[in-house]
Amino acid sequence: MSFLDFITANWRELMMLTREHIVIVMLSTAFAVVLGMPLGVLLTRVRSLQVPVLGFANVMQTVPSLALFGLLIPIPFLGGIGARTAVIALALYALLPVIRNTVTGILGIDPKLREAADAMGMTNAEKLRIVELPLAAPVILTGIRVAVVISVGVATVAAAVGAGGLGTYIFRGLRQNDNNLLIAGAVASALLALLFDLALGQIERSFAIGERTQRTRRRIVGFGIVGVLAAAALIGGFAGSESSAGRASELPASGERIVVGSKDFTESIILAEILAQMLEAEGFSVGRQFELGGNLPHESLLAKAIDVYPEYTGTAFTAILKRDPITDPQAVYRETAGSYEREFGLVLSPPLGFANDFAILIRGDVARKQGLRTVSDAVPVSRDWQAGFGQDFMSRADGYPGFVRAYGFAFARQPREMDLSLTYRALAVGELDIIAGNSTDGLISALDLFQLEDDRRYFPPYEAVFVARQDKAELLRAAFERLRNTISTDEMRKMNFEVDGNKRQPRDVVAEWLREN
Amino acid sequence: MSESRTIVSFRDVAFEVAGVRILEGVDLSVARGETLVLLGESGCGKTTTLKLINRLIEPTEGDVVVNGRSTLAVDAVGLRRGIGYVLQEGGLFPHMTAAENVGLPLRLAGSDSGSIIARVDEMLTLVGLEPDSFANRFPHELSGGQRQRLGVARALVADPDLLLLDEPFGALNALTRAAVQQEFARIVRELGKTAVFVTHDLHEAMLLGSRIALMDKGRVVFLGTPEEFAVSTLPLARAYLATVEL
Repeated sequence: MSFLDFITANWRELMMLTREHIVIVMLSTAFAVVLGMPLGVLLTRVRSLQVPVLGFANVMQTVPSLALFGLLIPIPFLGGIGARTAVIALALYALLPVIRNTVTGILGIDPKLREAADAMGMTNAEKLRIVELPLAAPVILTGIRVAVVISVGVATVAAAVGAGGLGTYIFRGLRQNDNNLLIAGAVASALLALLFDLALGQIERSFAIGERTQRTRRRIVGFGIVGVLAAAALIGGFAGSESSAGRASELPASGERIVVGSKDFTESIILAEILAQMLEAEGFSVGRQFELGGNLPHESLLAKAIDVYPEYTGTAFTAILKRDPITDPQAVYRETAGSYEREFGLVLSPPLGFANDFAILIRGDVARKQGLRTVSDAVPVSRDWQAGFGQDFMSRADGYPGFVRAYGFAFARQPREMDLSLTYRALAVGELDIIAGNSTDGLISALDLFQLEDDRRYFPPYEAVFVARQDKAELLRAAFERLRNTISTDEMRKMNFEVDGNKRQPRDVVAEWLREN
Repeated sequence: MSESRTIVSFRDVAFEVAGVRILEGVDLSVARGETLVLLGESGCGKTTTLKLINRLIEPTEGDVVVNGRSTLAVDAVGLRRGIGYVLQEGGLFPHMTAAENVGLPLRLAGSDSGSIIARVDEMLTLVGLEPDSFANRFPHELSGGQRQRLGVARALVADPDLLLLDEPFGALNALTRAAVQQEFARIVRELGKTAVFVTHDLHEAMLLGSRIALMDKGRVVFLGTPEEFAVSTLPLARAYLATVEL
């Protein structure tokens, strides 16, 4: 599909994501201004507060955005998942430029003018309103402009906590190896940043001292651009009343509300969508909080932000319960179910029927030429191979360190640690020679990759299950029973490929599968 | 000099900041209608003395009395609104037009806009700035002398009894300064205002002052009329006079 075709086909969704992006940025900036300007003014009055407050704002800016989102999730009222968390996190980022520029702007005013204001008998409030804020306005507006531009960028990461926005396209594009998605998301957010920058720059210039002659024209231009943005947001609002993946479904439903979460990769989204559509058919009101990054689904479950999400027994066992890997699937399921109930008050559904194991992948032509079939076959020829793994595989207990030891790999070069979805493409084009993917990934056949057999049975089994909160388990029981052992590895791989390879919507692929089963 | 004719008096005033004595044992009276010039080199304490009058700073020891009441006993904001203040270059606000700057004290006092406009025009005319061509200009569109006139107009607009001026004409070139000084002398005379005028320029002091207070190292070392100053035998006074007689 050409980029233009893609844009035409997805215009509505793109507009809706843009609108979400704008709303998140505007809300967070508004918070930052409402909080930051008074704080900044306070700092000019009580100078001893400058070091602690600016220090705090400084530290907030250095916290990596994804980490900040993660930290906010368990916090009641402020956190959780969705746009609220994103707005708060972004507001925290935007705080520093607003506070700092308010302080700099006011303290930078010629002391003679402050003296003139005092000597005229202005009260503190009058001095602030009539003299200090107007004179500091250009500097404060610069701070706000910086805050907005930062926010537009950081807001793309907000998609990881289910806040929607243009980051949704970027994450999805990375995951699905889809350049159209990537470019659309990146270009749209870059354009947005430029537009905001331009508009606020115009307004800012109109506040410059003595720019009276140009003032009116610039205000008109500035407010014009702001108006266009607001209009875009509104139109997007009308066009996109369905709302994006990260948002609650607005289907009218009479039944009890269940929020389904998912991890941030295609298979998890498909499984979550299967459950969501089944629940909707049963008459529940279903909220969707899909595409949650890293450990967020589990955290969200504990924080009661979601009620259920798809998980893998091996992941739960090793990554969440932090146990040493074991290879018997039934034992893993049993142990995990028991521990989840005791430790978290969470319930495991019956196995869904397939396992998504780590798949050690090489290029198909390499496998055929060298006659490689198992992981052990590859060890002797792999010295000069460039390995590349997702962050997850590099860090987890059942991941890279144990794997290398179990098979006796001796890579000459340090493996690359990178985004999992990018490793597929890097392998296919020869940048990497060996990666660890997921066995159900549709890209394996699409990119002509070959899965080496785990002949030493190093990897623990990753049976797909749902994890649910205990108080919702009763409502979910029927759906869980219907899904028991119904999805085969082959079917899962096919559905994954429909989405990743054929670029179809998970919603449609799932609806099709549900009709057939 | 009877108490009712006295508008400002300093009673054994000392001022100290961070342990450094800036003023020591200052006793001064300013009579209604006179122009008292505080003359001295930078750092002698003349500006400090001026700022004590409208309580921009507060005395460490002693008492400053304005209109019969200690400045510390009255509300600082109210006190300042009754006193006009002129800084070097006028201390004009760069984001406001000439008219907005001049009208500001009236706006603070809550006057209605119609009366503000009328009064501002009157003041602009008084200081020699034609309202039609100057009212809507910004400070950066004016010359130094014009800015200084605006500063005086702003200080006078609320019709205060007392004017404080901190080296107002120091940044002007010689010709402009002479013109503005003449004009200022005329206005003060016509309106019968009391003024305390800080300068380091003896010529200006002799021209404008009813009396001159010569300050040195935080003390008033001479107090008298320009005529008395001219014949003073004080070495510092002689040194000043020498610069003028060149």
